[in-house]
Amino acid sequence: MLTHIGIEPERLQFSWISSAESTKFIDVVTEVVEAVRKVGPNTRLVKNMVREP
Amino acid sequence: MHTYIDKIREIASRLLKEEAVEMVIGYQEGTLPMISPPMSVRSAEDVEKLTWSSHCCINLANYLTDIKGKVAVFAKGCDCRSIVNHIAEGKVKREDVVIIGVPCNGMMERRTISNIFGDEIEEVVEEADGTVIVRGKGREEKYQKSDLLRQCCRVCVHKNPVLYDELVADPVAIPEDIQRYKEVEKIEAREIDKRWKFFENLISTCIRCYACRDACPTCYCPTCFVDEAQPQWVGKGDDEPDVMTFHILRAFHTAGRCTDCGACVSACPMGINMRAFTKKLEKDCLDLWDWEAGLTSDMRPALETFTPSDPEDNFK
Ligand code: SF4
Ligand code: SF4
Repeated sequence: MLTHIGIEPERLQFSWISSAESTKFIDVVTEVVEAVRKVGPNTRLVKNMVREP
Repeated sequence: MHTYIDKIREIASRLLKEEAVEMVIGYQEGTLPMISPPMSVRSAEDVEKLTWSSHCCINLANYLTDIKGKVAVFAKGCDCRSIVNHIAEGKVKREDVVIIGVPCNGMMERRTISNIFGDEIEEVVEEADGTVIVRGKGREEKYQKSDLLRQCCRVCVHKNPVLYDELVADPVAIPEDIQRYKEVEKIEAREIDKRWKFFENLISTCIRCYACRDACPTCYCPTCFVDEAQPQWVGKGDDEPDVMTFHILRAFHTAGRCTDCGACVSACPMGINMRAFTKKLEKDCLDLWDWEAGLTSDMRPALETFTPSDPEDNFK
């Protein structure tokens, strides 16, 4: 529903990582950061933001 | 007069006289046209106050939460599924409630009627053939009930009660060509930014009165997250992120439990169609887990269960 209402899918990522899977953890975090960097700073659901009229 | 009314009074009177129940929950004539508020009746003399119309929009399952003593309740298809959900969640015991099922032909949207009529409305009369006569300001107009239905009733496929002790009338026919998720698909087809704009727009007039929450039978938490002060999950003002957070979370709390009864929309003073959030969740539950709320009390709602075969397409 979150992507349905317009939250960018890049910001919504799910993964199963066991506490023993440190390399998977690093890979996933790197991927998430890259994906989020691509879509740029978040403007949705941000408090006290100056909005364009 | 609606054809169900005599039968409704007869059943209520019988149950109270036989002392089968302490109280009957139904609807009464409102002081304003196009609103039939809920009412509880405790003595057989008062059953004449009970009524039925196409304005019985409130979901009566809401009044059964943690109720003490034996009660009877009139339940449309959607109310009935909410009662089943209540039973599954332990909010009411099956043996404590006598469910009087009311096969339903849909409820009307009072805003639609007001908009079409234009003037102040003094009276709305329904004929058995589906014609609706609206009177006000010295004039009278005739409409078809099917043109005045609430959005949720237009897409409803569970008009007949799923669990009942007694029925007020024979089950009604369900049209075969109902496109249940037309509204959702229309939004899904838009681009992501347009979708966000749509939802921003949708809630832009929300005044945070919480009538939608209060009308909802699934919203029975002793302290709702919006009222909690420690921690304060969400700001209380009308800053858009706070209003949006309220709507997103409220919708998620009803996921797999909402029966699309539309009581929230009917209760909203601002005419907001917050079903746009919940209907998507309903569709997802059906698509992903083949789950529909309130059809059986033997199974736990979709988001309460986990099986290894659950789809995990969203997981990396
Ligand atoms: S949602 Fe279905 S059962 Fe409920 S009032 Fe509308 S038509 Fe009747
Ligand atoms: S009933 Fe309407 S105005 Fe009130 S909180 Fe709900 S959506 Fe907002």
